[in-house]
Amino acid sequence: MASKKDDETQTRRDFLNLTVGAMGAVGIGAAMVPLVDSMNPAADTLALATIEVDISEIEVGQTRVVQWQGKPVFIKHRTPEEIEQAQADDNAPNLTDPEPDSARVQKPEWLIVVGVCTHLGCIPQGSKTGQPRGDFEGWFCPCHGSHYDTSGRMRAGPAPKNLPVPPYEFLSDTVVRIG
Amino acid sequence: MAASKQKKSGFQNPVIRWIDDRLPIFTMMDKEYGAYPTPKNFNYFWNFGAIAMVMLVLMIVTGVFLAMSYTPHTSMAFDSVERIMRDVNYGWMLRYLHMNGAHFFFIAVYIHIFRGLYYGSYKRPRELLWILGVLIFLLMMATAFMGYSLPWSQMSGWGVTVITNLFSAIPFFGDAIVTWLWGGPSVGNPTLNRFFALHYLLPFVIVGVVFLHVWALHVSGSGNPSGVEPKTKKDTVPFHPYYTIKDTFGLTVFMFVYMAVVFFAPLALSHADHFQPFDPLVTPEQIVPEWYFLPFYAILRAFTMDIVFPFTGWITDGGIVFTAKLQGVIAMFGAIIVLFFLPWLDKSPVRSARYRPAYRWCNYLLVVAMVLLGYAGAQPAEGTMLWIARGATAYYFAHFLVLIPLLSRYEKTLPLPKSINEAVLKDKEEAQ
Repeated sequence: MASKKDDETQTRRDFLNLTVGAMGAVGIGAAMVPLVDSMNPAADTLALATIEVDISEIEVGQTRVVQWQGKPVFIKHRTPEEIEQAQADDNAPNLTDPEPDSARVQKPEWLIVVGVCTHLGCIPQGSKTGQPRGDFEGWFCPCHGSHYDTSGRMRAGPAPKNLPVPPYEFLSDTVVRIG
Repeated sequence: MAASKQKKSGFQNPVIRWIDDRLPIFTMMDKEYGAYPTPKNFNYFWNFGAIAMVMLVLMIVTGVFLAMSYTPHTSMAFDSVERIMRDVNYGWMLRYLHMNGAHFFFIAVYIHIFRGLYYGSYKRPRELLWILGVLIFLLMMATAFMGYSLPWSQMSGWGVTVITNLFSAIPFFGDAIVTWLWGGPSVGNPTLNRFFALHYLLPFVIVGVVFLHVWALHVSGSGNPSGVEPKTKKDTVPFHPYYTIKDTFGLTVFMFVYMAVVFFAPLALSHADHFQPFDPLVTPEQIVPEWYFLPFYAILRAFTMDIVFPFTGWITDGGIVFTAKLQGVIAMFGAIIVLFFLPWLDKSPVRSARYRPAYRWCNYLLVVAMVLLGYAGAQPAEGTMLWIARGATAYYFAHFLVLIPLLSRYEKTLPLPKSINEAVLKDKEEAQ
């Protein structure tokens, strides 16, 4: 009974099965898109994107922590020594993620960085007086021991990157808009 | 099919017979839990599968009732848990049963896994049974982790932050994946909401995989301490009443300890930071996971040195870097993934460590390594502790990837008994 005709029908049947299977896979894939994408940030979550901060009361040497997009942002009013140190370290060999200080600030006295450790997301200490600032006088992450310098750059420990600089703009000498 | 239709179910009760003729559920129960021929030489290690199953049911029941009083919103979650503790009738009991239930579920499962390793339960023909078990273990870890986030305490929020951030180590897509997991720019309400939904869903997925696990078990039959398959009727006893009663006894002892903790030391395994509301601006001094995650957490933190691939400077500035973070993440997940391959890493024809003297010692060393890792995982990752964690991590991987393959080739095993019956009689003789 096994004839040429049988082989042909087999081939046609196979082709149909394959086509139907492929269409089914595409359909399921397409149905997954809205499900998966529904877990991405919603429109209202994305809308809460900017804050304005009055920085006139931050004394030299002080750091204010403000919340932006649920994350802390460090606004550090740097002392002349800290600025000098940050610039002097631009070519230090232990910079994990080399970046000159000038690329990280708009005005040298104001360092504005997202205060989230680039290792696993803890909040580094050193913004308040009395907190440990690490070996490089910036911040120290208590979770896994990352040290950041006075420019928020990664100097020692497991974190891979510098503290990120958020988009910001000085609206006046005393007001900065983050986001 | 025809044969089973003709066979009259032997049930006396007409209602049971009526049901069984249409849906042979009683026949099935009798076959799988009554007559099921079981090796007669089980020791108490064989209790823990049944104990784990009871814990799973207990977690689901208490969890469903807790969910009726819990609010998955960042502004209300912590307070709703406090309300369960203070105002909801028996709420404190439900919660203490549930949170300590997680600990005891993991205790049972870790002993169950150790049993499998020690007695070679993963070997042919039980490879798939073992793989399903590892899958259950993974699902349990995910469920426990999400459950821990629900009180929205300092430990909850920061635990979620640290663990979800692990995914940022993935090259190229890492940050997008983390944002997707969070549903926002940081850990927040969308995160809590989906974790609650998944924490409610996953236990039922676990039930499904447990069903497959037990199904696979009943196809291959149970293993036993001698590692020799049953050959004659002399080697087995029916599951009921022999093991229903032995499991019940073991379960009772286990429940004694569990209830003692629930009622007399319900917070013995808790961390003070788990009783403060989550503050996204302040990280606690030390983030410590629950004890059952500590060995894997220690493996994660054992890697602290970036590796720069040589001669890749022309591709990106400073060369392509294999970050310490990515190494740690791969090692941590790898520590569990390696278990999936165990049936093929261990080629020794002898199952039980009873007859594998060298493997037995390696197994004890593995336990020591896990305990050391667990201890190191609870301490700050620095100094001596870091070196202990590194040493134990090295042993963990060497155990599975080097020692087991080598042992299965070179180990001189002891002579196996001819049958389970013979092994039992010999044990008796030696005891006298």
